[in-house]
Amino acid sequence: MQKLIKNLNYIWNKFRDNRKLFWDEIEEQLIAGDVSVNTVTEILGIVKKKSYGNNINNPEKIKSLIKEEAVAILGDKRDIVLRLSSVPPTVFLIVGVNGSGKTTTVAKIANLFKDSGKKVLLAAADTYRAAATEQLQHYADKLSIDIVCHQKFSDPGAVVYDSIEKSKAKGIDLVVIDTAGRMQTSSNLMDELSKIKKVINGRINREVDEILLVVDSTTGQNAKSQAQIFNGSLDLSGIILTKLDSTSKGGIVLTIKNDLDIPVRMICHGEKLKDIYYFDPVKFADSLFN
Amino acid sequence: MFESLTDKFGDVFYKIKNRGKLSPGDIEAALREIKLALLEADVNFKVVREFLDNVKGKATGEKVLESLTAYQQIVKIVNEEMINILGSSSGGINFVPKGPTIIMMVGLQGSGKTTSVIKMANFIKSKFQKKVSIIAADVYRPAAVLQLEDMAKNINVEVFSRKDMDPVSLAEEGVELFKKDFSDVIIIDTAGRLQVNEDMMNEVARIKKRINPHIIYLVLDSMTGQEAVNIAYGFNKRIDFDGMVLTKLDSDTRGGAALSVYYVTKKQIKFVSSGEKIEDFEIFHPERIASRILGMGDILTLAEKAEKAVSEKEAKEIEQKIYKNELNFEDFVSQLRSIKKIGSLDKLLSMMPFDGKNKIPKEAVLDGRSLDRIEAIINSMTVEERRKPDIINGSRKKRISKGCGCSIAEINRLLKQFDKTRQMLKQFSQMKGKSWLNPDKL
Repeated sequence: MQKLIKNLNYIWNKFRDNRKLFWDEIEEQLIAGDVSVNTVTEILGIVKKKSYGNNINNPEKIKSLIKEEAVAILGDKRDIVLRLSSVPPTVFLIVGVNGSGKTTTVAKIANLFKDSGKKVLLAAADTYRAAATEQLQHYADKLSIDIVCHQKFSDPGAVVYDSIEKSKAKGIDLVVIDTAGRMQTSSNLMDELSKIKKVINGRINREVDEILLVVDSTTGQNAKSQAQIFNGSLDLSGIILTKLDSTSKGGIVLTIKNDLDIPVRMICHGEKLKDIYYFDPVKFADSLFN
Repeated sequence: MFESLTDKFGDVFYKIKNRGKLSPGDIEAALREIKLALLEADVNFKVVREFLDNVKGKATGEKVLESLTAYQQIVKIVNEEMINILGSSSGGINFVPKGPTIIMMVGLQGSGKTTSVIKMANFIKSKFQKKVSIIAADVYRPAAVLQLEDMAKNINVEVFSRKDMDPVSLAEEGVELFKKDFSDVIIIDTAGRLQVNEDMMNEVARIKKRINPHIIYLVLDSMTGQEAVNIAYGFNKRIDFDGMVLTKLDSDTRGGAALSVYYVTKKQIKFVSSGEKIEDFEIFHPERIASRILGMGDILTLAEKAEKAVSEKEAKEIEQKIYKNELNFEDFVSQLRSIKKIGSLDKLLSMMPFDGKNKIPKEAVLDGRSLDRIEAIINSMTVEERRKPDIINGSRKKRISKGCGCSIAEINRLLKQFDKTRQMLKQFSQMKGKSWLNPDKL
């Protein structure tokens, strides 16, 4: 017992000496995971108050307090699942900047729903990038599902229109729409997306079921600007975080949820078609410290 | 690019600009804000730490505190350190004297390799009049080869690829073929890979060993966060690349990754890629970017671009008019046309120097699409109205509106915008006189 007290004292003293160092290290760890400085300051402010108020000094406990805060920000797991509408076809619109992984993600989502026995159709509304349609066609062939594609540089709105009409005729459950990558700073291309959204709303007589922004997890603070501007023109329903098999954490999504209230819905982790998962806030918070 | 960094530094410097003597507390406060700005700009936290230590050492070491020009001194120190990080010499490319120069492009998935390969091929072809050929060694991503072939067609460059062949032998065969073909430059596009994927890193190391390329470029997305350091470090360790191509600079990224990578690898950024157009590819200039970060604007790049599109005589005339505040709609429309030749308006504005107080007035910012409408309005004015916009009254507006099909509100907006722009340009021309905008005068 005495030994235990001695040990605890030792830890406590060491901890007190290292308190500043300890908080600095935690701060750096979170920043290294691309969480924004403001979010880090906010979370640490709450946790510091809690730990001082309740005399919590154990570093591991403090870390779990931080994780709790992160999970509280990231939201409830139950709201994350993508659901199909009771009136088919359900429509998912997939958007994002160039190179974020939209086309691969579209194929992964299609694969996921096809596996659960749904009839899925792909819409190749990226009529701009060279060979984008062919890339999606490759996945459609591989999954043996339907695809609607038009000629290069044709109107993406027309592709979307046709894909929904075709889905209605063929009794398709889910339409996943791949769009061209665009920088959020290009207002013309953002307007084009709003137009696509209008076309869909008009065809299904309700709001698009899911509008998902694909974010590369190696992206830094710019992801917030992406979320903000895409959300401004489209009213996003969530984020798909890709390339988590890299060593980056994608911590910026914590800031995005905190500041803009846009949740992460799915993550992609690997190159195979099955490598897509629903987002788990607890696992994500854990990973920030690994 | 770098707008936010520029904004932040503008604010920091504005605070200390008018202070004269600085206390150690002032420097601390300034450094703290610089730290936040750099972190928010995605500069790696270790680099930030080192950067600030260097600046701090110099800021307190030199006789900054007693000096009456303390502000200029800090700007100078930060500027020097920034150039230190970004590399002290300019980018560009060195061709081998004999035989084809073999270039290999590597990078993460989605970093922009394929687009950069095409842009670089076009750059070398048009700037150095060399025969460029491309090897498509990305055998993994569906339709990657097709994408390359499709884009290469537009710039008349030959692409070599084979199905069902491993990338190492494919690259070798391609190089042999293009050597016989008397290509001056051979660019190899490789598949995207994560620096932690052992198999894929082994593959690219094998290609390197077999082909022995003269130059290897790492293609890096400028929106990359803290991870940039690990990516650069990982690739550097395995294949010891020679330089970097920084892509997607047309986003509003703060571009801090650019600062981190040189610090860690000592490999320089050689080219930047900044738009959907194939010509949006240029040589990287560290000192220009550094001054842009400091709120001094990227006047050199702007000047170079403008030079291509505007004749010198024309430019002089306009400059005189700006000084005298006599700019009229005739100049405006000819400016609009040359602006269209230079590139997008946002890009131009991002190169101009604006510090914390001299923000670009919102009304002065025009988006690219409205340029056509503006031209239509101006074309519907009489010569006299174009020369003396002040005479445009209600009935004249009605007539113009009928002529161009735009509403009177739009014409009013243009007149207001024009006025603001005139003011802004005047302000801009006066700013040239400020000593701190010109590093040579510090």
